[in-house]
Amino acid sequence: MSGHSTYAPQNKVLQWFEKRLPIGGLIYSSFVAYPTPRNLNYWWTFGGILSFMLGVQIITGIVLAMHYTPHVDMAFNSVETIMRDVNYGWLLRYVHANGASMFFLAVYIHMFRGMYYGSYKEPREVLWILGVIIYLVMMATGFMGYVLVWGQMSFWAATVITNLFSAIPGIGDTIVTWLWGGYAVGNPTLNRFYSLHYLLPFVIAGVVVLHVWALHVAGQNNPTGIEPKSDKDTVPFTPYATAKDSFAIACFCILYAWFIFYVPNYLGHPDNYIPANPAVTPAEIVPEWYYLPFYAILRSIPNKLLGVIALFSSIGILAFLPWLDTSRVRSARYRPLFKQFFWLFVIAAVGLGYLGSKPPEGIYVILSRVFTLYYFAFFIIILPLLGIFEKTKPLPNSISESVLGARGA
Amino acid sequence: MTTVSAADHSRRDFLYIATGAVAAVGAAAALVPLIAQMNPDASTIAAGAPVDIDLAPIAEGQIIKVFWRSKPIFIFHRAKKDIELAQNVDVNSLPDPQPDSERVKKGHDQWLVLIGICTHLGCIPLAHEGNYDGWFCPCHGSQYDSSGRIRQGPAPKNLYLPPYTFVSDTKIRIGEDSSKPA
Repeated sequence: MSGHSTYAPQNKVLQWFEKRLPIGGLIYSSFVAYPTPRNLNYWWTFGGILSFMLGVQIITGIVLAMHYTPHVDMAFNSVETIMRDVNYGWLLRYVHANGASMFFLAVYIHMFRGMYYGSYKEPREVLWILGVIIYLVMMATGFMGYVLVWGQMSFWAATVITNLFSAIPGIGDTIVTWLWGGYAVGNPTLNRFYSLHYLLPFVIAGVVVLHVWALHVAGQNNPTGIEPKSDKDTVPFTPYATAKDSFAIACFCILYAWFIFYVPNYLGHPDNYIPANPAVTPAEIVPEWYYLPFYAILRSIPNKLLGVIALFSSIGILAFLPWLDTSRVRSARYRPLFKQFFWLFVIAAVGLGYLGSKPPEGIYVILSRVFTLYYFAFFIIILPLLGIFEKTKPLPNSISESVLGARGA
Repeated sequence: MTTVSAADHSRRDFLYIATGAVAAVGAAAALVPLIAQMNPDASTIAAGAPVDIDLAPIAEGQIIKVFWRSKPIFIFHRAKKDIELAQNVDVNSLPDPQPDSERVKKGHDQWLVLIGICTHLGCIPLAHEGNYDGWFCPCHGSQYDSSGRIRQGPAPKNLYLPPYTFVSDTKIRIGEDSSKPA
């Protein structure tokens, strides 16, 4: 695709600069003239929303770090100081804490969108895998940030998650001691989590650059899943995508602000307002909501090592999705069977999230096992077979034909 | 213009491989301190020295919790019925088969000393809870009996025993095990 226009500054200073560092042209071709499919719907605005959320988390995180003390005796109180004494500290912390939840909400929608429209398929495999890497680093970052608060849930989340590695045969305990820097979760653990929690968002930002780069090489997918064939199929990024993304970000911020100002602790756990106590495990411990599906998978398997393997596989399997899905048709619009299995997958994933918040007994365990089974079957049985047996609907000739009907083509 | 002969090729290849090998060894050596710094430091290890616990004040049926190396240690003064329950189980029916006699010191059947950390994912089980006269882990529902053996739930192992030794009839030293068979 040639794009709609090129960068040609009139200003002499800009011309002088552009000859020496053509960054203006790069920005122009990436975010102004860049051709985007004309049929993108609002599910495509979550990439922009995620970039916005990453920015919010980094900015609020840097200022929170100016008031936080990473020491077991002072961490909890320094967070309370932020809440009570620091100017606007309560706001900054609520923006950051709820920001993590909104970030994950957006990333889950973004991932489901990618799955529904087959955005991971050739030639976008690397783009998808980079996204899986970002998601993994996000999970690590979110977990370590939650530990920094050093409440009861922080402490016991740190204990349970680091103990996942004790399931590794032979060297598990050595690894866990190494992760802790002691014989239990303690001050060395808190210090290193603080260091890494500060670092990882910038790692995410770096991988996001690669993700966007890979996106701009392959071009965006779109609801039809067919590639743009002419300039009639695309519109320039600015003003079309910038305006649409900005509007979506504004709407997303309404929900975000509702959490911050009306129910700032709704997504948290009250026990995390009790300072960490290594002598007492809370009566009921649950992770943050965005980890619940994986927690449910872990608990559904009555064997420690297999449970941990299932937990990590359930995330790792995403990286193989481009090759597990054997269908040549991308979009679920033209895949009637895939569409049904996809929505069942959404139900299983969200259902596992619900079950992860429930006590591990009775019907909850049985349902967790059923959903876990479906989760894996979707990837390793259903997707490979669907590509062979599914009868897909006819694809439109072009994006513009699908939007305007045959007369527009 | 010079021409490159085959002999030059192999000498150059050797230099490339030798240089690369030295660089790889250097990089690996640089990793040692970077990785080792994350292990417990000298003060943490020093603070993990053995501790003496006086058993006299612990009433029959009581479970106390002390700390050694930041780990909770359960000391259970078992009543007769607790001991009988622990001894009369069919060992082979247990998920991690171990007779009660292997979990206490000879001649001190009433004293059960355990590391109070669930072998599943590290939570601290609650005492006098669950169906087996022992402990119940609130995190994922593992249940331990009056010998600290896993009976039900996801934990793979019995509660671990810390190294300890009886200094006198009413005093133990945790962190040292003189009676250990060689």
